[in-house]
Amino acid sequence: MTIPSDVLAPVASPTRRQPSRRNLELALLVFAWGIGLLGCLQVGWANGEDPTSQLWIAAAVVAGLTLAMHAVVRWQARYADPFLLPVTTLLTMLGLIMIYRIDVAAVKRAILNGNPVPTPAAYTQLTWFAIAAVLFVGVLVLLRDHRILQRYTYTCGLAGLILLVLPLAPFIGTTVNGATLWVRIGGQSFQPAEVAKVLLTVFFAGYLVEKRDSLALVRTKFLGIGLPRLKDLGPILIAWLVSLGVLVFQHDLGTSLLFFGLFVCMLYVATQRRSWLILGAILFVLGAVGAYYAFGHVRLRVTVWIDPWAYADDQGYQIVQSLFGLANGGILGAGLGQGFPNLVPFASTDFIVAALGEELGLTGLMVLLLLYGIVVERGLRAALSVRDSFGQLLAVGLAITMALQVFVIIGGVTRLIPLTGLTTPFLSYGGSSLIVNWVIIALLLRISDRARRPEAIVVSQDDAVTQVVRRP
Amino acid sequence: MNRPIRRLGIVLGVLLVALLINITVIQVVLASDYRDRPGNQRVLLEEYDRERGPILVGANPVARSKETGDTLRYLRVYSNGPLYAPVTGFYSLVYGATGLERTENRILTGKSDLLVVDRIDQLFAGEQPKGGAVSTTIDARAQKAAFDGLRGKRGSVVAIEPSTGRILASVQSPSFDPNLLSSHDPAAIRKYYATLEADPSKPLLNRPIVALNPPGSTFKLVTTAAALASGRFTPDSVIPGPRTYQLPDSTHKIRNWSGQSCGPDDLVTLRQALAISCNTAFAWLGNQLGDDALRAQAELMGFDTSFQIPLRAATSQFPEDPDDPQTAMSAIGQFDVRATSLQMAMVASAIANKGVLMNPYLVQEVRGPDLAILQTTEPSTFDTTMTPLYATQLTDMMVNVVENGTGSNAKIPGVRVAGKTGTAQTGNDNPAVAWFVAFAPASSPQVAVAVTVEDAGAPEVSGNQLAAPIAKAVIEAVLRQ
Repeated sequence: MTIPSDVLAPVASPTRRQPSRRNLELALLVFAWGIGLLGCLQVGWANGEDPTSQLWIAAAVVAGLTLAMHAVVRWQARYADPFLLPVTTLLTMLGLIMIYRIDVAAVKRAILNGNPVPTPAAYTQLTWFAIAAVLFVGVLVLLRDHRILQRYTYTCGLAGLILLVLPLAPFIGTTVNGATLWVRIGGQSFQPAEVAKVLLTVFFAGYLVEKRDSLALVRTKFLGIGLPRLKDLGPILIAWLVSLGVLVFQHDLGTSLLFFGLFVCMLYVATQRRSWLILGAILFVLGAVGAYYAFGHVRLRVTVWIDPWAYADDQGYQIVQSLFGLANGGILGAGLGQGFPNLVPFASTDFIVAALGEELGLTGLMVLLLLYGIVVERGLRAALSVRDSFGQLLAVGLAITMALQVFVIIGGVTRLIPLTGLTTPFLSYGGSSLIVNWVIIALLLRISDRARRPEAIVVSQDDAVTQVVRRP
Repeated sequence: MNRPIRRLGIVLGVLLVALLINITVIQVVLASDYRDRPGNQRVLLEEYDRERGPILVGANPVARSKETGDTLRYLRVYSNGPLYAPVTGFYSLVYGATGLERTENRILTGKSDLLVVDRIDQLFAGEQPKGGAVSTTIDARAQKAAFDGLRGKRGSVVAIEPSTGRILASVQSPSFDPNLLSSHDPAAIRKYYATLEADPSKPLLNRPIVALNPPGSTFKLVTTAAALASGRFTPDSVIPGPRTYQLPDSTHKIRNWSGQSCGPDDLVTLRQALAISCNTAFAWLGNQLGDDALRAQAELMGFDTSFQIPLRAATSQFPEDPDDPQTAMSAIGQFDVRATSLQMAMVASAIANKGVLMNPYLVQEVRGPDLAILQTTEPSTFDTTMTPLYATQLTDMMVNVVENGTGSNAKIPGVRVAGKTGTAQTGNDNPAVAWFVAFAPASSPQVAVAVTVEDAGAPEVSGNQLAAPIAKAVIEAVLRQ
């Protein structure tokens, strides 16, 4: 067999010639800008104000940043998924608009009362978005191949664990509203759990790729379900204990739930054994029931969830106000700037979905949920189409993180499940969350680019199929 | 690994659907339930977030909204609160709204269909939605005169323009300050409300249109109208007017106030009987006419009908099935005859308007936020209560009451005032009620007025003494313009 002379060129097979779809991405991005701009103007109109120059500058900054991100994707991840960037841009803008709108109400009230005007949160959030954009670009430029991350599996695991317990450290750890999940260094505070989320997903992916064969082994069968070996129970038990630890020591129900759910789901995907799911569910129920009886704060969450009306003036105030807000929104919403989202405490962070639900109505919330649905679906699609196991697991993990977080917080705010404090990805006010979620999108773009990219580098005939990955 | 990923995708899809169903249930199915829940401030806040339209007397807003720095954006402010309280009512966080604040709420909040064009305008202009304005029929001077006249007394005044039914004054005493009920401080509102509730003189009662009292001798106007309408009597008919009138089938007797007989040989003309308010003559007349004729005349003049002006007035009553002694008592406005000040003002205005009774109303115009007139109330006829001839005869008889009879305190130099006094017993324990019903000028009446003074405190309670001066002041206030 002779080797073609142009072997270093992309394989010229018709099925491999993928359109980059970058123009579709740009078109969707422009569409997202349009919706964002309309939202900004609507807030202004509702307040009887003409658009200020500040508004135009803010809009230009968002457009400029996302355009730059698009350019980097075009340059560095040509074949990446075209939907992720526009959809998350739209979500970020909706968050910014709502934060801006809550600002406007606060400023107005302060002026009328003769109080000092509060610092607008929207501009801080915009700054966070700029930093997120820089990190997004950094990930795409510096991480040319997601498989490089596999080399840092255990480093990520260790770093993730340290970050997870960091809020408990003396001097820098801070307790806000009963939950110890903040770290304050030099005036700036951040939520390390957000960063830990990504690091631990990388760790789980790397670890499970390595260990999945043994974890998939079946010793005995029970009721037709293959049970794992006893000695393989270690990892899931450790994950369980760490999650419980987060709950016990940091009072952070949301993060605890998120990590355990993430690990169990990834374990299932890696081993294809449903027994892990069942085992995970049993451990979850045990943990949940145990926590209910052991900890007052968990019990309170559940009691308030079952009958918030009985606690409408104290512990259930938030959720009741959230429900009132959603009810006030109805099908079409009160209109941006015309509801009372500021009646719900933490309207711009935990309860931003209630605020959006009040002003954009059921229609708006449905769109919002479907946007999240698209992000998760695109993540899973990337996982399905990427060819390496690590990439698959990483993409699945990142998509699940996003999905679980959205479900837990929106389910909590809408009283589908007990309320747990988690940020709403892209929407909530807060730097850590925004930046980390944009990094997740960068990683998913990188993986999807890898999945759809035509094989360009073919070193030799033998290596045409197999890629060698060096691990430390 | 593709199969578990697909399965996981399905599970996540189910979670998404669960969220979608849940928000649909909250925002569509349960939404109205949540909106009505106690403790939901949003409905209220939404109302307080709009600039509520003013209530106008002439060009003056007597109720208007002022922007505050509160969570509740607008505060309702009443200039001369107690003066206009029976008209405006209050607009309270705790106790809801009363008066025009309640009946005209949709206009004032801007939700009325009349304001749909303004709403669209505001939408396009990007303005905060504003409510429409309500112009009342109230005459500021008449209102003030009545209010000053009632100061220190317990009672009410209603003045009506006879040709239209426009209510020129609706005043009560004691009154309350709607500002204190419409503040943004629930604790203070509750405290003030409790004080008002505990007050035995019931300041919260909308006396002019709700307080029912026996009309006493002022009801003799209705009896006279019925007598004329029967065709059996004229103003000059001579009827018996003895010192006492033995009630049929009863041991009770009716006496005259004076304790004297009403004329020589116990005989008196109908005109003179009205002038001196001869009880025995009218009791006799009542029995002659019968309760059906009296009731028919009373109902023509608005008794037994519920009026909405648009505030809902109490229904004035004529007893359903009185026996003969009860009919005699009813003919002089006692027994179970009950009337509001509004009702007796309507009786006067019917006589003044050549027998045609106009429906009384309080809202002159509905205006947009820019004060452009959107709707004007057209006067409407309630009923023709008597022929113009009888009306003229009755008018002359009432002028005679003021000029030569019991209503001397209502005399105005240069103006022919038609009037009728009344003093009623409200029961064995209850004190007397003094009435005065009048209109002027007799030839072309511009105002009909009814004054009620309850529990005057004086042993000698008489309509002429207590009520007539107030009626006079109100008439002067209207005629002076």
